[in-house]
Amino acid sequence: MGATPVTDNDWTAEVLEADRPVLIDFWAEWCGPCRMVGPIVDEIAEEKGDQLKVLKLNVDENPATARQYGIMSIPTLLVFKGGEPAKRIVGAKGKAQLLDDLKDFVS
Amino acid sequence: MTDIAQTHDVVVIGSGPAGLTAAVYAARANLEPLVIEGVIEGGPTGGQLTLTTEVENYPGFPEGITGTQLIMDMRAQAERFGTRFQTEDVTAVDLSTRPFKLSTDSGAEIWTNSLIIATGAKPRRLEVPGEDELWGAGVSACATCDGFFFKERHVVVVGGGDTAMEEATFLTKFASKVTVVHRRSELRASKIMQERAFKNDRIDFVWNAEVVEVKGAGGQVTAVVVEDTETGERRDLACEGMFLAIGHIPNTWLFEGTLDMDPEGYLLVDEPTTRTNVPGVFACGDVMDHIYRQAVTAAGTGCRAAIDAERFLAEHTDATPIMPRG
Repeated sequence: MGATPVTDNDWTAEVLEADRPVLIDFWAEWCGPCRMVGPIVDEIAEEKGDQLKVLKLNVDENPATARQYGIMSIPTLLVFKGGEPAKRIVGAKGKAQLLDDLKDFVS
Repeated sequence: MTDIAQTHDVVVIGSGPAGLTAAVYAARANLEPLVIEGVIEGGPTGGQLTLTTEVENYPGFPEGITGTQLIMDMRAQAERFGTRFQTEDVTAVDLSTRPFKLSTDSGAEIWTNSLIIATGAKPRRLEVPGEDELWGAGVSACATCDGFFFKERHVVVVGGGDTAMEEATFLTKFASKVTVVHRRSELRASKIMQERAFKNDRIDFVWNAEVVEVKGAGGQVTAVVVEDTETGERRDLACEGMFLAIGHIPNTWLFEGTLDMDPEGYLLVDEPTTRTNVPGVFACGDVMDHIYRQAVTAAGTGCRAAIDAERFLAEHTDATPIMPRG
């Protein structure tokens, strides 16, 4: 199972009230680099799902959340911990680099 | 990941139209190419086409096709004939050994009898204060990726070529105003692109000016500082985004000191072949072409590189069966 879609409506329950760190992939259909990063995020969901909840948010369909967190470029990955943004990763990255960026949250 | 000392016949570095076309040809010649797709160092996987919207000048698509779709189709075509893919960046290349040795991000070592370099080029940065800090927070080199976030805002486009005009025109779909900052008094862009931009009433121009700093507040761009190239006078130009379109840098740092390059860093090949100065190493696409830089010309040189590699292997290894093409 890959990253699970999240929306403006269930953001609070899924992200802010989550009981473990949450990784959210902000993406859109028209974003080429997002389509490259998507499968890597899905892999991370499969491999690290026990430590990290992995979600994806379509910015076209959910503009309010994207605006609220100042997303100005996609792909952007945000990590939330205890309801607060704890890490921001902007731009497409490889899996090794991504896992390195996430090392505070996954082992 | 390579865990056994397996030597490939052909490894392609790069996954844009040049690399994927090379892979299609090499795969159809039964050379079982490995494509190292690259992820970040040289730009996104799939290359610069994935950063564009509609591609209207690639022959065979009368209605146009999106850049990403074109790349995904090329990849599927290469895969169909037995191309394998490895999605990571090459970190080092040793061309002094035979076979050649490549090292990657994950620590893998890859050995190959011939190498096709299709690493492309990536957008040049200004290298001014504030640019790195505000990258992705208003500073961008991809209007098609990020324009969406600038609805009803004022953005600046830096540059005077076709890319700058294309980005500026595209951004008017979202932005309330687009200001093009160009360091000269006239544009380098083609006539048609210039006219399109001049006719657009949401686009204005600041001539003879360079951006020397990007200012931000609360993690977002608030202004760029422009300097008049004649008077040296500086002023703040308030805006919420800055898009760069000031040319490209070839992705050749892996080959510095090993392969011949021109002063700009583009690989030199023995035209009309794609041979570099190291026998068995071939270059195709934007990494060796700063003149045409089109998807179709990249694909054309990719085809040449695969045929060159195939001939090289036929001459240098008895073990490699050369299958008829067609």
